[in-house]
Amino acid sequence: MNILVCIKQVPDTTIIKIDPETNTLMREGVPAIVSPFDAYALEAAARIKDKDKDTKIVVLSMGPEQALAALKECLSVGGDKAYLVSDRACGGSDTLATGYILSQAKEKIEELEGIKFDMLMFGKQAIDGDTAQVGPQVAEDLGIPQVTYAWEVWPTEDGKVRVKKELEEGFEILEVGCPCAVTVTKPDYEPRFPTIKSKMAANKAKIPVLNAADCGLDVERSGLKGSPTKVKKSFTPPRKEGGLKIKEETPEESAQKLYDLLKDKGVI
Amino acid sequence: MLQTSYEAKTKDLWVFIETKDGKAKNVGLELLNPGRRLAAIQGGKTVALVIGHNCDEAVKEAIAHGADKVLLVDNEVYAHYTTDAYTAAIVHCVEADCPTTILMGASPMGRDLGPRVAGRLKTGLTADCTSLDIDENSGKVAWTRPAFGGNLMATILCPFTFPQIGTCRPGVNKKLEPDYNRTADVEKIDFVFPADQIRTKLIETIAEEGEKVDLEGAEIIVSGGRGLGGPEGFETTIKPLADALGGVVGSSRAAVDAGWIPHSHQVGQTGKTVGPKLYVACGISGAIQHLAGMGSSDFIVCINKDPEAPIFGVADLGVIGNLYDVCPALTKLVLADKD
Repeated sequence: MNILVCIKQVPDTTIIKIDPETNTLMREGVPAIVSPFDAYALEAAARIKDKDKDTKIVVLSMGPEQALAALKECLSVGGDKAYLVSDRACGGSDTLATGYILSQAKEKIEELEGIKFDMLMFGKQAIDGDTAQVGPQVAEDLGIPQVTYAWEVWPTEDGKVRVKKELEEGFEILEVGCPCAVTVTKPDYEPRFPTIKSKMAANKAKIPVLNAADCGLDVERSGLKGSPTKVKKSFTPPRKEGGLKIKEETPEESAQKLYDLLKDKGVI
Repeated sequence: MLQTSYEAKTKDLWVFIETKDGKAKNVGLELLNPGRRLAAIQGGKTVALVIGHNCDEAVKEAIAHGADKVLLVDNEVYAHYTTDAYTAAIVHCVEADCPTTILMGASPMGRDLGPRVAGRLKTGLTADCTSLDIDENSGKVAWTRPAFGGNLMATILCPFTFPQIGTCRPGVNKKLEPDYNRTADVEKIDFVFPADQIRTKLIETIAEEGEKVDLEGAEIIVSGGRGLGGPEGFETTIKPLADALGGVVGSSRAAVDAGWIPHSHQVGQTGKTVGPKLYVACGISGAIQHLAGMGSSDFIVCINKDPEAPIFGVADLGVIGNLYDVCPALTKLVLADKD
């Protein structure tokens, strides 16, 4: 099975800078990580490979050249090959434009690698934007079926994929033919750690960087130009002031005071 | 520049009503409230788009909660949600009569469906909005949403394409008081997606082991964290308080990672984002990842031994004390009041 895992390098969410001119996030100089759900997607792919050594995992990201570091990290924990799409024409893309760009890149990678991908995997959402839109929008662009909120993914003997999907209450198991797109939520395990050997190999790996022309991008559909949504303004929300602290003589008295205040305020 | 594939044919706003077993889910009914406000400014009607099977109940609820008109797509093929059938149904309706705006729930269904619909219509989608307004200059919907775990708010416009689509999380909007005397036209849309073209097949439904948890729809959540010291605390202390208050049990990541409680209970960046009326955090320090998931709760209470814990910074009321003493005392008071 050939799997394409799409990952996003995201800034550490505790540190924020905003470009005052464009009102978009400034990513330079902020510590960067692989978005956690994307790491779970890669781990889900790696677990398929653990069982079937013929699995090939290609990791794809779109972003500035710094994202190469995130891709190297992915190569050390399961990825066989990585590609970065990087071009000024991609800057400022919203989810629709990003979906288009990744779809085009997927086609190009298939051509370069001489393979067809059976499954595209994504984290259910990135922790910076939290939109959960890019996976489904890539699937839509490619006209392939999708399953979102996957907890577990496994191939069937007859070349399909089964997914345990998380719902508000409980789960369902869905079967879908290939090629398909799957977005992955947090399962009950953590991604594997790299070994010294895998880290060294990843550091040496050459990661091809594709530009807009390589991917045959229509620049009218990419970046700010190709994005139907525009950020009008961004602002930091007013920080909530801490409220009243309660510490009476005994815990019972504290509970009583808390209870009375909750009653007074009509909360309960 | 991206060109619109569709022009709005009316000034109407649509609210997608999610159904389950023919009944309307709360998130759709909630959206009729801001929907009416926006539609009034845009000078159009608030239309409920109901998709499902045997949806009489859902139609009735949608009208009672403020829909001026209902578009009904009702067929057996929509009895169970599928991405393929629902996307095609909505796109079919838009092609016939494109509205200015569509509101959807940011539920698992809405987050599966919304991007697919917006992708096919080549229009903008803004997820998880916490406030909806009309931009004075452009007359377009101003979608305001948190990003970066709530550290940053952004107001988004979809200036050139139709329909403008956005989602809100369950519980963010309040339902209007229902009026079952209201009447509205119900237009039946005859669109049946061919069942053999649905590419996902349901093999099995697995109910949650033990208690069901619907954190995203909960009005009251009592959460436990590392301060519990072990798995027993959820049973002996957190759950009784949650039950007494009529709420559900949540947890911090630390408690999930320690294996004390399943991940389905986790609130925070890699768990659920919740917005209950009351959130009680017990033995939770308040790491930024946790605050990202519950910071928009209407009222926050914390119970913690450490007065320096960051959770006190966001709590409306904070008790400094041992949760194993304070929670049972509080549970007792709540139960005593009920009797």
